[in-house]
Amino acid sequence: MRRAIFAAAIAVVAAGAVQAQPPSSGQPAAAPAGDADRGKTLFTRNGCYQCHNYEGQGGAAGPRIAPNPLPFRGFAAYVRAPRGDMPPYTVKVMAEQDLADVYAYLRTRARPRDVSTNPLLSR
Amino acid sequence: MNRRGFLKRASLAGAAALAPPGAAAEAQPPSPRAPAATTPIMSPAAETSTPPEVEILTTDRTGSDFMVDVLKSIGLDYICANPGSSFRGIHESVINYGGNQQPELLTCCHEESSVAMGHGYAKVAGKPIGVFAHGTVGLQHAAMAIYNAWCDRVPVYIMLGNQLDATLRRPGAEWAHSVQDAAAMVRDFTKWDDAPMSLPHFAESAVRAYKIAMTPPMAPVVLVLNAELQEQPLGADARVAIPKLAIPAPPEGDSRAVAELARMLVAAEHPVIVADRLARTPAGMAHLVELAEALQAGVVSQSGRMNFPTRHPLNLSQARAIADADVILALEVNDLWGVLNTFRDQLHRSSRPIAKAGTKVVSITSGDLYMKANYQDFQRFAEVDLAIAADGEATGDRKRVFESRGAKLAEASRAALDRARLEASYAWDASPVSTARLCAELWGQIRNEDWALVNGTGGWAPRLWNFDKPYQWIGASGGAGVGYGAPAAVGAALAHKPHGRLAVNIQADGDLMYAPGVLWTAAHHRIPLLSVMHNNRAYHQELMHVQKMCNRHSRGIERGRIGSELVDPPIDYAKVAQGLGLHAEGPITDPNEVGPAIARAMASVKRGEPALVDVVCQPR
Repeated sequence: MRRAIFAAAIAVVAAGAVQAQPPSSGQPAAAPAGDADRGKTLFTRNGCYQCHNYEGQGGAAGPRIAPNPLPFRGFAAYVRAPRGDMPPYTVKVMAEQDLADVYAYLRTRARPRDVSTNPLLSR
Repeated sequence: MNRRGFLKRASLAGAAALAPPGAAAEAQPPSPRAPAATTPIMSPAAETSTPPEVEILTTDRTGSDFMVDVLKSIGLDYICANPGSSFRGIHESVINYGGNQQPELLTCCHEESSVAMGHGYAKVAGKPIGVFAHGTVGLQHAAMAIYNAWCDRVPVYIMLGNQLDATLRRPGAEWAHSVQDAAAMVRDFTKWDDAPMSLPHFAESAVRAYKIAMTPPMAPVVLVLNAELQEQPLGADARVAIPKLAIPAPPEGDSRAVAELARMLVAAEHPVIVADRLARTPAGMAHLVELAEALQAGVVSQSGRMNFPTRHPLNLSQARAIADADVILALEVNDLWGVLNTFRDQLHRSSRPIAKAGTKVVSITSGDLYMKANYQDFQRFAEVDLAIAADGEATGDRKRVFESRGAKLAEASRAALDRARLEASYAWDASPVSTARLCAELWGQIRNEDWALVNGTGGWAPRLWNFDKPYQWIGASGGAGVGYGAPAAVGAALAHKPHGRLAVNIQADGDLMYAPGVLWTAAHHRIPLLSVMHNNRAYHQELMHVQKMCNRHSRGIERGRIGSELVDPPIDYAKVAQGLGLHAEGPITDPNEVGPAIARAMASVKRGEPALVDVVCQPR
């Protein structure tokens, strides 16, 4: 049941992310340059994979956030102050450049092939 | 000392005191220095006088033989047990006097496994099996599994050995294995217990315990079997009656309340049915399908039981149905508050309702008929407009004619399935293997078999697989007690075996490590079970909670894994399983190797044996 509550709460995170408030004045307005390789390391080291899995594909505990995450402003705002159950990542534990690197990593994840060509997923 | 023992000892002492010295000497054990066997010479005195009373050391029948008669009469097919001296009497009676058939003794390596096997078995077979355990150390091992079964409303028939009479206990371990009130430790999470003082008392309590366990809300029961009662001789002419067992009909909802419910459903524009631990029997799913189709109401099936076909057009389990509902019918829902509200676990915990204002809520649950106070598995109090205290399955079998709402709901259901397939395609080729890929590969192998998922969903099985038979899912642990999965899967597979079904277990790694010996039990008793490891090398739920604290305190995240990961060294589950007698492969990290390995394992399972495939997976 605890797992179910957790999953339900995370689902709300996904909805909340779409409606995230504009970032504060100190945050960048567009995605800064990021190092995808470093972002991959940070994505694992900072525990993002725990809910979103290693490729950001989402799962039972968190929504899919790759390869097309929210626009960077909303992404950064949500990571800093999530509306749902997601743990907040302060600047102290995840610097602005770290966010940019993770964002770059997410945007470079492979897009899936057409589901209709996958015999294990087609109807 | 009981009266029989006291009289026997007094008689022997008296005989020794009255007997002539020579006769008393003859009653003693032979001296180790006595000459080698020679033909005894009968003395005239021995031939003509009354021989001294000889201590009787054997008996043809015991109290435990009668106990086995009782267990046979109530229909226990199996007894799960790790051997223990406090129930040695009934152990021997089961295997010899009872012929080790109905009940058959299943050798278990941990009492937690014994109970969890019974837990899984009962949810498939629809009736309990027995468990023997020490009243002390065995019950302490078994306690968490009993709690799981209690939370999950599942009957398990537990019998505890104990030596109540202090003057009869062997010095040493038997004292440590004895207890004044054995059942006290689990009384908060069992439905009934007794410690019979005589065989007629046992017979009545054994039948009563079965009856109580099988009456909704179902739950584990405990009988304490005093060792003296088990081992005392039973005269050849002893006749102890066994009471007739009559399982009570499950309580149905009050007819006026049900009529009021029908009126509310008729008037509703968007009725939604939420079902959790509803389907106790194969009829439960059929009843719910019938009700939903008559209402053309969407159904949200929680994971407590196999309530509703996953691909039925009215299945809205993956959709957001609660927010749109104007009438919600909750059938055997344990956490109704959690259905109606969201909860935010941040520094300051908060919640908000999901259902819109004015939504009518009706509950039908046997949980309103029986509840205990100490353990809090009953969840937060939920406000309802109409509470029907009754068994949900027995009350849901009612046809009503309502206007059609089906097309819109069917489209929502189809969209949810399409969305699940698309989501599963992301990270398809990733390593570690995605949980979606794991479930898709497994589904690809079993979809044309008569299968049943007995443990674990990998998160994806309900979204991708076509569950359309009532036995294809049995719910989870109930109490969220880790360690349930593997033994419950073995127990459920045992219940599926006579039906020839392919029992499938998506096995979490942390869960298996609690008591992996149950794999040996499956191999030893030839219980066919296909286990596919969801091996994420961590107690991942807990890892996420620790991470949350790390984030909350901004003290660094990198150390959050300490205490929750199962790495360094990584556990080789294939070798563990092989050592316990199973066909096993892995660890597999290439997703393209998963399907072929499962196919090979299935070949072993179809020969009647358990098999395991270890797949290194992504977290959730």
